[in-house]
Amino acid sequence: MGASFVQFSLTPMLIGVLAAIACALPGNFLILRRQALIGDAISHVVLPGIVVAFLVTGTVATMPMLMGAGAAALVAVVLIEAIRRLGRIEPGAAMGVVFTALFAGGVLLLEQSDTSRVHLDVDHALMGNLETLIWLRASGWDSVIDPVALSHLPPELPRIAGVAALMAVLTVIFWRPLKLASFDEGFARAMGLPVSAIGLGLVIAAAVAAVAAFDAVGSIIVIAMFICPPATARLMTDRLTTQVWLSVAIAALAAILGYVLAGYGPIWLGFDSAVSAAGMIATVAGLMLGMACLWGGARGRVGVAPGA
Amino acid sequence: MPDMLRLASHDGALLGAQPTPADAALAVRGMTVSYGQKPALFSVDATFPSGVMSAIIGPNGAGKSTFLKAALGLIPMVSGEVRFFGLPLAQARSRIAYVPQRASVDWDFPTTVIDVVLMGRYRRLGLLRRVGRADLALAQEALARVGMEGFAHRQIGQLSGGQQQRVFLARALAQQGDLYLLDEPFAGVDAATEAAIIEVLKALKAAGKTVIAVHHDLSTVADYFDHVFLVNVRAMAQGPVASAFTTAALSQTYGGRLGAGQLDQLHPAKG
Repeated sequence: MGASFVQFSLTPMLIGVLAAIACALPGNFLILRRQALIGDAISHVVLPGIVVAFLVTGTVATMPMLMGAGAAALVAVVLIEAIRRLGRIEPGAAMGVVFTALFAGGVLLLEQSDTSRVHLDVDHALMGNLETLIWLRASGWDSVIDPVALSHLPPELPRIAGVAALMAVLTVIFWRPLKLASFDEGFARAMGLPVSAIGLGLVIAAAVAAVAAFDAVGSIIVIAMFICPPATARLMTDRLTTQVWLSVAIAALAAILGYVLAGYGPIWLGFDSAVSAAGMIATVAGLMLGMACLWGGARGRVGVAPGA
Repeated sequence: MPDMLRLASHDGALLGAQPTPADAALAVRGMTVSYGQKPALFSVDATFPSGVMSAIIGPNGAGKSTFLKAALGLIPMVSGEVRFFGLPLAQARSRIAYVPQRASVDWDFPTTVIDVVLMGRYRRLGLLRRVGRADLALAQEALARVGMEGFAHRQIGQLSGGQQQRVFLARALAQQGDLYLLDEPFAGVDAATEAAIIEVLKALKAAGKTVIAVHHDLSTVADYFDHVFLVNVRAMAQGPVASAFTTAALSQTYGGRLGAGQLDQLHPAKG
């Protein structure tokens, strides 16, 4: 693990781990509230958001892209709520309608607009570009304390680190309201907790995590990490605190294992090229969930309606 | 019949004419709640005296739970005014303890019995204050009062229906309120739990607290409660059990859904 590891593998791995954790933290509460699909919805509507931001600003600079993605996520959240309330249909269906429609709209916009000269494409949206987030200025482990080298870190790293830290802080601060409003909404409301604001805040936090992670690693990881690590952890424990810690560990493990397997797995198997790290990380997360389903100790059901 | 009804509407008119009595634990005026086009409650006036046990009674779909939820601000009212101890809800919250319907939550939620009871302390604990020894002792004591002291660290999904109801009551006790609002506390619980719950509620009354419960078992009303509020979309009758829980008021409220034989078995005061 020398200089080339620091140059080519350290930053993508870190970004993968932080993106996975940033998504897994709000994901814990989303699955308990049976809103797991919201991560899926947000990561799909990010595409039209980015395309519209490109059409409006004409640049592929990061900030407009992120703001477009964030705005689209908010529009989607509001649309889902509106359809659920006005149309009186179940939340899953409302999410399904909104994210497929907006994603399809995004694809049409992408085809119609002159985006061939920029690197906006569906593959990129799905898989991100984790393998390209390398740290060429690094010359070895010494660079970790070298301010000049550090200033050339891929900008995605501090961004996703900040968002992951934000998610951790929000989880700690709003632990009690989140837990109570997720477990017993009526009691929480009677106590005076702003239950609707808590629900909206959670979804907005999820949107922030999704957009930041999408920027770094693409939507496949976002979708997988909102659901797989929390659901895996849920199968292994009956304590919320333990579940959240486990989900963080599982998210990090999936990111590291997935990254390593994507880079070396095919070579070990005799193929000559690596596969997509984002795809492999999501696959590993899914396999871990599958193993927890088969052998997980504590329990058997996740996200089942009461009485079902 | 209509004596009772007239009396009820007369009461309502009195309530309307005077300032809301400040000594009432809960006073509601002109509450209208609607789900879509259909009103669930229409222009309901009701007053619940403090220091006694009151039952909210009516047939399925009469709006009993809706009344409680609307009073607590859990669902919006089309119109109406609600006062707890003469104060608006926001100023009275710390005096109100609430036991929702057991079936309204997911008992598979990853948490323990003691953790659920401690939720009753969240209002005082705020966001970040640590659960202190006093809070923990209070929660343990609440569990002991409902006969669940040995279950503190049990996962809530492992409890029976009656045990779940006891845990919800313990959580309300941990809120240390003056008014206890219970939504169908005896629904689907075993006889031992029902007896344990009623004992706790009677002890609360003896300590000067007020209890209001949505109740569906007419045969136990006279044994358990002092005051009744009969509702079927509209307020049908209210007052002390002895004078308001009458055959006439019941047949009016249930609109012929109770047979004459059933009514006779209830031994309510003759109306």
